[in-house]
Order: sequence, then C-alpha cells, then structure tokens
Amino acid sequence: MKKEEVPHDPGSLGKVTREVCYATDEEGKYTTALSEGWDVKAGALDVAWEDIAARIAAAREKVRRGEASPLLFYMESKLMDIGVLAGYTGFWKWQVRRHLRPAVFAKLSDRRLRRYAGVFEVGVDELVHPNIHDKGI
Amino acid sequence: MTKAFKHIQAAHCENGVTVSLLNTVGVERITEPLAFGIGSGLFFTYIPLLKVNNGPAFAFRTMPGLIFKRTCRALDIRIRRRRFRDKSEAKQFLDRCLDAGHAVGCQVGVYYLPYFPKEYRFHFNAHNLIVFGRSGDRYLVSDPIMEEPTSLSEYELERVRFARGVLSPRGQLYYPEPGKPVSDEMIRTGIRHGIRRNIRDMLHIPGPVAGVSGIRYTARRIRKWRETLGPGKAGLYLAQLVRMQEEIGTGGGGFRYIYAAFLQEAHAWWPDDLLLTTSASFTRAGDLWRDAAVHAAGIYKGRLGAQSDFDRMGDYLLEIAGLEKDCFLALSKINWTV
Repeated sequence: MKKEEVPHDPGSLGKVTREVCYATDEEGKYTTALSEGWDVKAGALDVAWEDIAARIAAAREKVRRGEASPLLFYMESKLMDIGVLAGYTGFWKWQVRRHLRPAVFAKLSDRRLRRYAGVFEVGVDELVHPNIHDKGI
Repeated sequence: MTKAFKHIQAAHCENGVTVSLLNTVGVERITEPLAFGIGSGLFFTYIPLLKVNNGPAFAFRTMPGLIFKRTCRALDIRIRRRRFRDKSEAKQFLDRCLDAGHAVGCQVGVYYLPYFPKEYRFHFNAHNLIVFGRSGDRYLVSDPIMEEPTSLSEYELERVRFARGVLSPRGQLYYPEPGKPVSDEMIRTGIRHGIRRNIRDMLHIPGPVAGVSGIRYTARRIRKWRETLGPGKAGLYLAQLVRMQEEIGTGGGGFRYIYAAFLQEAHAWWPDDLLLTTSASFTRAGDLWRDAAVHAAGIYKGRLGAQSDFDRMGDYLLEIAGLEKDCFLALSKINWTV
C-alpha cells in the first residue's frame, strides 16, 4: 500500500482515534500513516452488528413464546455466549444451560437471580420480567 | 515516573506494548516492525471448529503474548509475569509496581473498556495496554491503539483485567526487568532467529490449518460456504475474515505490511538484498489481502453473491498463499554468514 492510498473513510473508530497504518513512500520505503477508517472494514463491522441485532430479536421472540428464559435475551444483548456468562456469574456452563430453560429459571433462588442481575446490570425484577415488548436495546 | 514514560501509538497493541516497555528499561532501538519480526509475529490459521462471536476463528498473527516473550528473550531481557486469583491482590501488586517505578503491561478484555467506541466492544480478551502511573484515584493508561494516553478508574481497570470468557486475562500483568545493555549482535541474531522461526511457522507446521497451507485450506472452504451455509451466513463469515484481517491492530493487510516494513529495517542489520526484494513481495501480499477484502465486501454488502464470486474469493486466497510461500522460500535462502 502506498502512503497516498491509505484510506480515510470516517467510521466509528475515527471519532475516538486514528489508527496507525504501514505504507510506502515515493521511494518505496516504509513509513507510518494515520488512517481514519476504511469503508470495507466499516461494512464488515456493520454486518457483525446486524447479525447481533438479529440474534437479539430471535432471543426476544423465543422468550416471549416461553421457549427460553429471559436469560437468553439478556445474554444476547450483552453479546455473551454461555461460556462468557458462566465466567462472569461463576456458575458452571451446564448450570447456565439449565437456567436457560423457563421451568428451571422460574425456580431459581433470589440469590442466584441476583448474581445474574448483577452481571447484566439490571434489577432482579427487570431480569425476571424483561421489557421484551419494547423494540429498544 | 509519569514524566519518564513516553506514550507510543502502534498499529498493533502487543507490538506497541513491547516497544514501550522496552523503552522503560532503556532499550530504545526496537521499533514496532522490529518487535513484530523478532517475535515472528506473522502467521495465519483457520480453526473451523472454534467459533468466535458466532463466526469462524481466523488469526493473522501468532498467539497473544508470544511477540513480547520472544522479543525479550532475543534481547536477553527477563520478564516478570503474574496472574492473580484475587482481585485485591492484583490491585496491590499493580500499585507496588507503580510505586517502584515500573510501567506494567496488562492483558485486558475490551468489552468493558470505556474509551473504546461501542461498536468495537466485543468479548475479546487479548488486548494489551500499559499502566504507567496514578493520578488521584485514576490509573494512567497508555493504550497503543490510541493517539493519546488515557486513564481508567480503579473499578474500570479491575473490570477489564478480570474480564471472563476465552483467553480470560485473570489480571495478568507483565514487565521487563532492567538487564544488560542490548548489543548490535543481539539484535542481528534476534532478526535471524525471528525470520527463521517465521519460515517454520508459515511453511512447516504439519496439518492443513496453519501457515500457508491454512490460507489454501481457507480458500477451499470459502468456495463451499455458499453451498453449505447459505448466502447470508457465508457473507457473515466473510465479514468476520475481513474484520480479523483489517480491524484495529493489524496495520492493514493482515500484518503483511508490518512484516514488509520489518524486512526493510532488517536490511540495515543484514545487508542482503534478498530482504528488500522479499519486502516488496510482502507489500504485494498485503495489497492482495486488501483486494480480497474489497471483493469480500462486495459479497457481504450484497452487490455480489453468485458462486463464481465465492470461487473468485478462493482464487484470491490461493494467489496469496502462493505468493507468501515464495516469500518464505526466498527468505530461507538467505545466507546468514555474511
């Protein structure tokens, strides 16, 4: 990449910082240039976020139909998977997997619910009755 | 302490941390490309069974932590490295380091890193930054990705140091210990070893998933993605490939440009013109990676989508694999006795 080819397409990172790129000058010697972003990458990031939005919507639908406990919705909203959620809550993965079942979730003790609520940064009430009818988040 | 520390912005976080930390022990001749090359940073792997953010797992560089480790070892510098079970112990140890005047590198997760833009905050745990001091109740932080130094509160720092999930940092911190001055000979040897190790990693790891054969393997898989995954998911997978290749911290072109820069700098230490010609070839490899990314963008943005477009994407990767293989074969012919 030549120095004048370093892209400057403002993206979400460009608001916070520019990033270092290695590029060649007129004599073919390497130097660094600051890039504000590149459309191609911004597009890739958009695709990733569209996928996340779709996953959250699917989770919301499942919770509403009673096929999964509200944990699924919060887990997807926080971009977590079962491993990450298990890590933050201190439960085992198999426990988290069980808690994703509505029947098991309904019987969870207050203490366990608080553990989940703390990780998701919501109150216990909100955890048990998520606002899934709202299109927000 | 604060005044002595110089913030350095780098393309890649671990290179940047390595350069800055070496600076703190008086080693100032190691630039980012040199650190990357001596640490044999260039790599490729595709692990089809492992999923990252619900997509395939690619890496364009070696395992996190290795660049720092190998570079320090080449320069005969000892590393102190610690992980913690207990959060308050982790904090106390950090405070003691800072009081003693050490800037320390920390492995952190980016999901809760407040100064990162929201769009970049995934559960990714192999980011590196340097804590170099305290000011009031805030820790002064030099993040190589950022143009300027920044700061984190005690809680924020603890949270990112104890991020959970794959590669969880467990409060890991590390710093080099001041040692003997670094001689020219050490750097020369480091460059030689770094290049030879990189040849081994790219050409001679058995199995289909690592190095040049990994690129070929990916090429073959991509051709099948449209069939096996459907156009939507195939686009998502390609977007993931591009993100791993071009996202912050790669210097563009999946680290190939940094490696090309390294070979140019290496020429000053080993005057063999093969280094310069190979550097130019790596620049071409970087350009090809970017062309492939543009093509992939056509697919995931929905402009392209036919099977022939996926075949074309595979062809790009095959061309890159061939080129990089030639590059490393050329490097293996260097006469190191001069």
